[in-house]
Amino acid sequence: MSADAPLDSLGSDDTRRLTRRGFGVMGVGIRREPWMFALAVVLSLLFGVMTVADAWVLGWATDHVITPSFADGEVARGGLYTGIILFIVAALLRMIGVIGRRLAGGVVFYRLVRDDRLRVTRQYLQLPLRWHHRHPAGQLLSNANADVEATWSVFMPLPMALGVIAMLLAAIGTMAAADPVLTLIGLVVFPLLFVVNAVYQRWQGPRLALAQSLRGDVSAVAHESFDGALVVKSLGREGDETARFARVSERLRDANVAVGRVRAVFDPVIEALPNLGVLLVIGVGAQRIASGAAAPGDVVQVAFLFTVVAMPVRSFGWVLGELPRAVIGWHRVRRVLDDDDHMPYGERALPGSGAVRLDVTGLDYAHPDEPDTTVLRDVEFSVPAGRVVAVVGSTGSGKSTLTSLVTRLVDADAGAVRYDGVRVQELSQAALTSTAALVAQSTFLFDDTVRANIVLDREIPEDRIWSVLRDVQADRFVADLPQGLDTQLGERGTSLSGGQRQRIALARALAREPRLLVMDDATSALDPDVEQRILRALAERSESGSGPSVLVVAYRKATIGLADEVIFLANGKIADRGTHAELRDRSRAYRNIVDAYDQAREEVDHE
Amino acid sequence: MSEPRDGGLKVIRRGLSMSPSITEGLGLTMLLALVSTAGGAIVPLVVRRAIDDGLAGGGGVDTDAIIRSVSIAAVVILAIMVTGWWSKVRIFTSTERGLAELRISAFRHVHDLSTLTQNTQRRGALVSRVTSDVDQISQFLQFAGMMMITSVGQMLVALVVMAALSWQLTLVVLVAFVPLALALRFFASAMSRAYDRVRASIADMLAVIAEPVVGAAVVRSYGVEERTQERIDQAVRTNYRNNVRAQTITAGTFGSAIIVGGIANAAVLGIGLWLGMLDQLTMGTVVAFIFLVGLFTGPAQQATQVIADAQNAIASWRRVIELLETPADVVDPGSSGTRLPDGDLDARFVQVEFSYPGGPPVLRDIEVSIPARQRVAVVGETGSGKTTFAKLLTRLMDPTRGQVLLSGVDISQVGFADLRRHVLMVPQEGFLFDATLGENLRYGRFEADDEELVQAIAALGLADWYAGLPRGLDTPVGQRGESLSAGERQLVALVRSALADPDLLVLDEATSAVDPQTELRATRALDRLLAGRTSVTIAHRLSTAENADRVLVFDGGRLVEDGTHAELVALGGVYARLHASWVAQASLDG
Ligand SMILES: Nc1ncnc2c1ncn2[C@@H]1O[C@H](COP(=O)(O)OP(=O)(O)O)[C@@H](O)[C@H]1O
Ligand SMILES: Nc1ncnc2c1ncn2[C@@H]1O[C@H](COP(=O)(O)OP(=O)(O)O)[C@@H](O)[C@H]1O
Ligand SMILES: [Mg+2]
Ligand SMILES: [Mg+2]
Repeated sequence: MSADAPLDSLGSDDTRRLTRRGFGVMGVGIRREPWMFALAVVLSLLFGVMTVADAWVLGWATDHVITPSFADGEVARGGLYTGIILFIVAALLRMIGVIGRRLAGGVVFYRLVRDDRLRVTRQYLQLPLRWHHRHPAGQLLSNANADVEATWSVFMPLPMALGVIAMLLAAIGTMAAADPVLTLIGLVVFPLLFVVNAVYQRWQGPRLALAQSLRGDVSAVAHESFDGALVVKSLGREGDETARFARVSERLRDANVAVGRVRAVFDPVIEALPNLGVLLVIGVGAQRIASGAAAPGDVVQVAFLFTVVAMPVRSFGWVLGELPRAVIGWHRVRRVLDDDDHMPYGERALPGSGAVRLDVTGLDYAHPDEPDTTVLRDVEFSVPAGRVVAVVGSTGSGKSTLTSLVTRLVDADAGAVRYDGVRVQELSQAALTSTAALVAQSTFLFDDTVRANIVLDREIPEDRIWSVLRDVQADRFVADLPQGLDTQLGERGTSLSGGQRQRIALARALAREPRLLVMDDATSALDPDVEQRILRALAERSESGSGPSVLVVAYRKATIGLADEVIFLANGKIADRGTHAELRDRSRAYRNIVDAYDQAREEVDHE
Repeated sequence: MSEPRDGGLKVIRRGLSMSPSITEGLGLTMLLALVSTAGGAIVPLVVRRAIDDGLAGGGGVDTDAIIRSVSIAAVVILAIMVTGWWSKVRIFTSTERGLAELRISAFRHVHDLSTLTQNTQRRGALVSRVTSDVDQISQFLQFAGMMMITSVGQMLVALVVMAALSWQLTLVVLVAFVPLALALRFFASAMSRAYDRVRASIADMLAVIAEPVVGAAVVRSYGVEERTQERIDQAVRTNYRNNVRAQTITAGTFGSAIIVGGIANAAVLGIGLWLGMLDQLTMGTVVAFIFLVGLFTGPAQQATQVIADAQNAIASWRRVIELLETPADVVDPGSSGTRLPDGDLDARFVQVEFSYPGGPPVLRDIEVSIPARQRVAVVGETGSGKTTFAKLLTRLMDPTRGQVLLSGVDISQVGFADLRRHVLMVPQEGFLFDATLGENLRYGRFEADDEELVQAIAALGLADWYAGLPRGLDTPVGQRGESLSAGERQLVALVRSALADPDLLVLDEATSAVDPQTELRATRALDRLLAGRTSVTIAHRLSTAENADRVLVFDGGRLVEDGTHAELVALGGVYARLHASWVAQASLDG
């Protein structure tokens, strides 16, 4: 019965279950915003009752003002003034009701949306990286946006629908007071309206759900295709991409037309029912008046009631119509919120300052999607404080994976990573991030200024920023940017060349003065001499005791040559270790990688 | 958002002319809708007759007459159910068809824009153009827009019936509605401003929400969750405030129509009675008028309601139109373009200059000729303009000044379909689609069968790597290819380009994340596969330059050196320095 039960499929048999779960979602929302919701409902009740009062005023005016006036040939003044005042007061109260209901109802909806957005994004920030790897970015973005809105949009018509219940009860009440036989007509037509609305929703539910999910597909295709626009363009695949998009768009079109066809059948029926009711009232009413059982005012009033009630009753249809979306939206949002895949941080701080010692013991790791393929097996090594260790290995041997384990972006399946003897799992997040800095293989820049991208959440003085920029040889081009450090970089830093982006990312890491610096092939787009200078500077500082320990993934021999030790990774295992010279002497596989260019040059020379 | 903008009607007219399917048969659809609306006026008319002919008549109730008019009305109502159904089916079908076309052509247009224009927009914004913006328009056309038309129709019908019954009371009703009509103008512009703010805050919010999603690894490894959360909180709360403000204005507008209806009823009652006493009106007319005021106020209320929807839809439509009207600044001459000869392709840059919009020139006076079959290496410091050069050579951008010629043909005269078959650039970011390995390779050659794909992989010396994939060609590569390592992604892109088999191949640091051994094996294999083709390779690893037929050296946006490896080393300039440092760190023997 709960709204959280898993959602497998959305066949038409599930519609009833869907509706029930939809009510569950509504319950959740009401419990979150009870007071504002109550206010919206009370004001909606006011509106509903006053709508009926409007019809009552007309009936009253017919009997007490209009009929006597025409009968006597003279305006019944007292009654007229009362009638006028009643019309205006009823309208005024109706206005207050409708404004208040919409406002309070809107506040309920927007608050629910806001709070869930905050919850979902907090969860994004808290869920571990392995979780992020499993979930496409497009999906996560729509969870925080469209899905949250879909969940709660039922709250827009809900207060109105509840007010309509009061309206209908009041309508039946006034009818009963006017004429019992005419009331019977109301008792037939009103429930019929509900039944038609409910049947409509049962028909429509699965169609709406299909259209909703196709809308997601259209968005996903567009997102991905625009993301890869450069590849599409350079391969000249615009036509095929458009065809791919056209396929999902056309399915969405057909789904929307199917929704429209059902609507086209039901809308006119739902509109016609109250009108037919009015005619019935007049036909039957004529006989009642003829037999002296009813007064003309009663008939007029009951007839008017049908017309005023007709429109609001549709709000039930709207509520029911939102339910499938609400359930699907809620299901998606809950999937994020309820995911307890978390990577808890410890409490410990790391005392002292200066370089830390890194110890890695018995690391095993497999990607969660491919549990049978171990990426790292029994990896064991150390980086003594202030030392430089290089990791060398062929493409896909697990180097990047190792760097993310070492900085605790992900946790290993077995084994331990320790900083100064403390397991990384015991460290607080602050201790962890202030100790280690990772410069990843793929550069990511925030859609923000150069400065913000370097300092992030730290307070770093201007001259320190410039000195770091000088270290990575980025000072010149940053100074040349239109607003210098305060230049907006645009999404993913597209206005910079690849090497420039990489330098900013490097500056970001260096500016924090980490105690352990991990660089994952982070200098591939840098010119060799720049890379040399950066590494030498780091090595010198480390020798003098003020620099970090460094773990660096690299291929260039000069870089590797600066390392105190080289770890040679092959197929996720440490195939060999030692100084560069030792490895070159004893490992052919190692030589094949690091000496590839020399070997190539020799072959060319031999030709 | 204060730039001068097209008015709403102009946007709608322009939009409709872009999607002709919507207006196809629109006349009949609207006629049907109006008939359905007009039929609604039958009920007050019946009420009036019933009262006058029977209920309040002095000579007792004429039940037969009433039954007769009620039956006629019932038939009319059944008839308008049919016309209502028909008009709705028509409007849903034609708008959905038209909007699907709009969606697809907007999508296509995004791809037709130059890389530069694409990059000036956030991805999310482009996605909205073909998703939520189009959805808004569809909502509008099917509900609000239809409602507007039928509302106006209903008000007109009510007005005509009213005028036929009593011009005096009609005037009274109109006078009561004048203030509302005036207020609506004010409300509409307030609403328009409020919704502009809502939209702007949505865009900002989506951009910051993307940070922890797209940049999850950086956020995590630098522990900047708090900063990110603060930015998100702020954007979400701003969006909330803007929404509530817009909602307040909408609610106020809606409410104002109700009070006007009340005043109109009161006025009809008072003045109607007075006129009745002067024998100008019957009692049935007075009562029917109050029903008619309802028919008149209902649409007026709905009009206030749909104004908000209309504002949003028009803004969305305007954005889609603006996108479609953004000139594709790198224009495809299409089938009228010149065809490139098959086989050998040479390239020439004539006095080429390029600057990014609003920036200084990043390439200047580029004058170079690359003969067919030559293997050219391009080197230079970061930011010296190499990527820009590659993009001009493959016409991903057009030069600001000067000309790029392929086999003597101005590259801008070559149809894209032809151009992309002959010329291919492999960018540094090995972007893959979220599909299987096989599907991604087929982006290079659609008709290739599995065997050809596997052969291409093996031909680039990647058979061992491929053998290690338990699911082979069916291996899912993940979003953007991120289930593969960065180097593997580049290798897949390389195999893809080999399959595409171009006559001019441009590699822009396409193997920067691949280990040297694999890189050499793959690029040499590629050389062999594309033997006799023209190739331009940008690389930091100067081994490429050592093996190339010719080296072009860029420095600060100029082509400063041009020659063979040996010549340039001997020259002792920029290249000699770059090479010396490369050799120094690549051949660290001691
Ligand atoms: N998210 C992932 N899901 C599944 N497999 C992955 C994922 N990321 C990487 N791999 C696989 O793990 C292996 C090691 O990848 P990686 O550590 O990135 O290698 P590299 O040494 O090139 O940095 C590769 O074979 C790669 O295909
Ligand atoms: N989209 C862009 N907008 C503005 N400037 C750009 C853009 N792309 C590159 N640039 C600038 O143009 C210059 C040359 O860039 P690029 O050709 O990418 O260099 P390279 O490939 O040699 O590293 C750089 O200074 C860079 O900042
Ligand atoms: Mg890697
Ligand atoms: Mg570049």
